[in-house]
Amino acid sequence: MQPLLECKNVSYSYHTMAGETQALTDVSFQVNDGEFAVIVGPSGCGKSTLLSLICGLSLPEAGEVLLHDRPIGQHKDFHIGYMPQKDQLFEWRNVYGNITLGLEIRHQLTKENLEFAKKQMEEYGLWEFRHVKPSQLSGGMRQRAALIRTLVLQPALLLLDEPFSALDYQTRLNVSDDIYRIIKKEHKTAILVTHDLAEAVSMADKVIVLSARPAHVISETPITFDMEERTPMKCRNSAKFNEYFNKIWKELNAYAVEENMQ
Amino acid sequence: MLWKKTCSEPAAASGHRQAASISRHQQAYLDSRMRHRRFVQVMRVFLLAAFLMLWEISTRRGWIDGFIFSSPSRIWKTFAGMVEDGSIFAHVSATILETIASFFFVVVLGLFAAVLLWCSDKLSEILEPYLVVLNSLPKSALAPLLIVWLGANRGTIIVAGMSVAIFGTILNLYTGFREVSQDKMKLIYTLGGTRFHVLTKVVLPSTVPATISIMKVNIGLCLVGVVIGEFIGARCGLGYLIIYGSQVLQWRGEMIKRISSISVGKLDRGWTKIWGSLISVMAGCEKSLSESVIKGII
Ligand SMILES: Nc1ncnc2c1ncn2[C@@H]1O[C@H](COP(=O)(O)OP(=O)(O)O)[C@@H](O)[C@H]1O
Ligand SMILES: [Mg+2]
Repeated sequence: MQPLLECKNVSYSYHTMAGETQALTDVSFQVNDGEFAVIVGPSGCGKSTLLSLICGLSLPEAGEVLLHDRPIGQHKDFHIGYMPQKDQLFEWRNVYGNITLGLEIRHQLTKENLEFAKKQMEEYGLWEFRHVKPSQLSGGMRQRAALIRTLVLQPALLLLDEPFSALDYQTRLNVSDDIYRIIKKEHKTAILVTHDLAEAVSMADKVIVLSARPAHVISETPITFDMEERTPMKCRNSAKFNEYFNKIWKELNAYAVEENMQ
Repeated sequence: MLWKKTCSEPAAASGHRQAASISRHQQAYLDSRMRHRRFVQVMRVFLLAAFLMLWEISTRRGWIDGFIFSSPSRIWKTFAGMVEDGSIFAHVSATILETIASFFFVVVLGLFAAVLLWCSDKLSEILEPYLVVLNSLPKSALAPLLIVWLGANRGTIIVAGMSVAIFGTILNLYTGFREVSQDKMKLIYTLGGTRFHVLTKVVLPSTVPATISIMKVNIGLCLVGVVIGEFIGARCGLGYLIIYGSQVLQWRGEMIKRISSISVGKLDRGWTKIWGSLISVMAGCEKSLSESVIKGII
């Protein structure tokens, strides 16, 4: 099968007067259509940088990011959705105004699109709150609003940058169930980035582990749970979860030891 | 003391027990707060009345020279006279109109310039030192020059009003624009927006509160500038009245205008002193403004 997204030997550095910061070196991986890929790596290793490259906000210094075998710059009709780490809802707009912000910017406030936005808001419990300011929403609802703001543009690929890291632990578990359910229901291909290995195993079809900065891929592990209606919460409680967790944990540590010896 | 204050807030009170179930102690507390508020209000009015009365009595008894210090009754008579012949309205409305006009231009030009600076890093870096210098100029010293350059007309007075406020406005607005979070700007780009969308959807709306508070300072600054302009180059307006009044030693007429234009605290002798106090008030405003700007820049 042809992959939806392919990163080929991608490298990227930040340049400032103080010096050069190598963020990514030689990162390669693939994501297939419909797959939920989770990228795990320590804080500051270059995960956000990688997502910026994938959605075309910056260009790699070396290597290529390909969508359906073509560089991302060449796709005009192909939208990549990005959900930021904090929800970044605008306090000067109500929930409805926030969710339709993307449509407004792209001059796509058509009847069908607004109808679609309405359906999404109804489906995920935000329609009654459409006139409310974001500050009046709970943490989970804010996250849902941020996700729907991305989904109304009907992205072919969805990028999520540590979407739960601003939430407290309990909300975090509930919201990850929520978001997972929405993404699967809408049949989206998604790449989620996190520094939390347990979160990664509980949600992923494939876990990609990155090294500390400058990041490169240490391992790729396909994850399968044989259960009906998989949810992150159910996964956390299954025996296989610990198996996966320990396996990846060991790989990470083995790598760290190897690094130290060099 | 602090919790007392919060308890006296109606919102906090309604969060607790309602009128039907007010306890004796709560009632006593509410009563004491009420007495306190009433006392403060009464004393405020009393203080003003006492001052005016003392002033009036001192001049009538000859403790102070009524010719130089005027008196409340004389001020009132002059004011009533000016109301009767309508001249006060012409002067007040002239000053108000000029202040509003210069404020309007400060808002429009200030926003326009700040947006330009925000659009181009190169431009803002080139111009920043000049703006700081222009902002710290003693603008009151500029007023006579403006009259020479532009002539003694209303346009010049409006420019004098603007000159006091414009540079600080540009610097403060630009600093506000710069503080907008990078992540919010990034979000616009990920939704497919351009730098123009960043400006209209994020930068301008998110700086509305800051812009409003900058403008609140500005309307006062514009008034100061307009009055200074009127000192030298006008045939009407409150600034003109002040100068006219002091020059012909019509103290009664002069006092009232001073009180109605700017409540400068002390009674001064001679118009040079009035000028001096005005300048120091203005310099104070400017100093705090430019300090905040410099802090913003650093
Ligand atoms: N704009 C920038 N300029 C310079 N260095 C940066 C910039 N953004 C990120 N970095 C550096 O690049 C590295 C990777 O950053 P990032 O991708 O945000 O990490 P992560 O998302 O994994 O926490 C970090 O060490 C960070 O300090
Ligand atoms: Mg990050």
